[in-house]
Amino acid sequence: MHIVVCVKQVPDTKIIKINPKTNTLDRRSAPAILNPYDAHAVQEAVKIKEKTDGTISVLSMGPPQATAVIKKSIEIGADRGYLISDRAFAGADTLATSYALSKALERISKDLPVDMVICGKHAIDGDTGQVGPGIARRMDIPPVTNVIEVSEVNQQEKTVLIKRKLTSGYELIQSELPCLLTVEKEINDIEYSPMPNMIKAARYEPVIWAVSDLENVERTQLGLKGSPTIVGKMFTPPRPEGGIRLEGSSDEQVSQLMEVLMEKKDLLTIQSSK
Amino acid sequence: MNLDDFRGVWIFIEQNDGKIEGVSLELLGAGRKLADKLQVPLSGFLLGSEIKSLANQVIAYGADQVYMVDHPVLKNYRTESYMKGVMLLAEKYKPEIILYGATPNGKDLASAVATDLNTGLTADTTMLDVDVDNRLLEASRPAFGGNIMATILCKKHRPQMATVRPKVMKALEPDTSRLGKIIEESISLQEEDMRTKVLRIVNDVTKKANLADAHVIVCGGKGMGDLQNFQLIHELADTIGASVGGTRDVVEAGWLPHEQQVGQTGETVTPKIYFAIGISGAIQHVVGMKNSEFIIAINKDPNAPIFDVATYGIVGDAMEIVPKLIEQFKQLRTEKGGEISYA
Repeated sequence: MHIVVCVKQVPDTKIIKINPKTNTLDRRSAPAILNPYDAHAVQEAVKIKEKTDGTISVLSMGPPQATAVIKKSIEIGADRGYLISDRAFAGADTLATSYALSKALERISKDLPVDMVICGKHAIDGDTGQVGPGIARRMDIPPVTNVIEVSEVNQQEKTVLIKRKLTSGYELIQSELPCLLTVEKEINDIEYSPMPNMIKAARYEPVIWAVSDLENVERTQLGLKGSPTIVGKMFTPPRPEGGIRLEGSSDEQVSQLMEVLMEKKDLLTIQSSK
Repeated sequence: MNLDDFRGVWIFIEQNDGKIEGVSLELLGAGRKLADKLQVPLSGFLLGSEIKSLANQVIAYGADQVYMVDHPVLKNYRTESYMKGVMLLAEKYKPEIILYGATPNGKDLASAVATDLNTGLTADTTMLDVDVDNRLLEASRPAFGGNIMATILCKKHRPQMATVRPKVMKALEPDTSRLGKIIEESISLQEEDMRTKVLRIVNDVTKKANLADAHVIVCGGKGMGDLQNFQLIHELADTIGASVGGTRDVVEAGWLPHEQQVGQTGETVTPKIYFAIGISGAIQHVVGMKNSEFIIAINKDPNAPIFDVATYGIVGDAMEIVPKLIEQFKQLRTEKGGEISYA
């Protein structure tokens, strides 16, 4: 089994600032981490590898400092890491991102054919969840999103059994390999990294590719140029008119609220058990 | 690409087991306004197996036309079969706007279709409008960090697509006297060509019913301080027969499981009574609860944005107010001998 996990470096905090000139996130204003959903994706790859044996590669796109999330993935248990990094990738929306990553996957699979791609459900800085299915379409493999369990991997039949979360409940899906999964956090718990992984990660130097290292790339599909969506404007939503403030001491506030709830508005009632 | 070849507003009508998802009906309501502004028809498109009886409902909720692709292979949602159906319709009829509910299936489908149509897709939209002069969809969503919305545009590609959060838009009152056109498209699909199979669907409503259908929700935020103080939220909820919710911070701190998260990346809720306790009111949270009927906010900071959406606000320390509130309710229960619930 060769599993490729796509990971993203994201800003860690909610106090990240927005650059008023470009209306984009000022990524320098917050510490960068491995997207939490992607950590679960790497962990799931490790769990699958324990049963099937094989190789786990991680792939990321970003500036040179994004090697940090590849090292983090090595700590969790990945074997190899690839970073595609080039100014031409900058400003990509989800469509241009899935294009660039699929080109890198093409190159990776030349060395070692890919049996499965795993992504996090979404990245916490964009919350879109659109890149995973996009990669699957470009590779022409089936995507299975919102995965909460990989129940069985059958290497002989080249199939996998998956539980996929639905609005209410889940569905059990059988997919052919290769396929692409996007995983929910509940799929596993991140385990403590064993010491050999930590040592390996500390010394690990991922492979870094520029656009020129990838094959058959149409440059017009990369980065800002290849992105059909743009941020038109940023605005503070119209503030709805606030309601009534309950003033006074805490006792007075509580009794006013009780009066509103139980009497004035008759919202809550006591169902007598007698 | 000639943008003028594309006309019309389309809504993906998601059905599961012959039942139309609520968000699809909400989108017909929102889409009606967009279509009227652009002076084009509003269409619903529907894929599945033996779904013909659903067309009239789509029209009653505001559509002028319904496109249907009915095939046994489309019985259960699968990306590969459904996207073939959508591609067939979109390439033949060229709508300028397609909206999908931001459900697991809607998001999955829209992401795949956007890739094959090589067009833009905006995720988890909470506000929709059109710039009529330029025929541009203005799809707005909360931007990461801060109380700010971003409007996403797709200027040079068609169709313009967005997924829209459930329970944010309002469905129209159904009008069964409305007339509309039903257009059936045939598709050739073979089960043998499918690379995925749905073996079983397990409905587990227990987790969901908790928040989505609750009449009363007590929701706590990071302002509760720690896990121990957060127990006050559980205690208040227990006392008045409410469900417990939490903000993203609370879920990330591990105080509550993800199923109980209210907000942009959690559940959107519309209960009769919503208690927001120790919650500042970041926009990611507010979009998930602002349509609740009666909102009570308790927060130390008088300038917290949560007070802007609250029906009643108490500026004060939750650690002081909530125990008193619990005590009052408990006393009332003992006096009258019964359980408290929504009237």
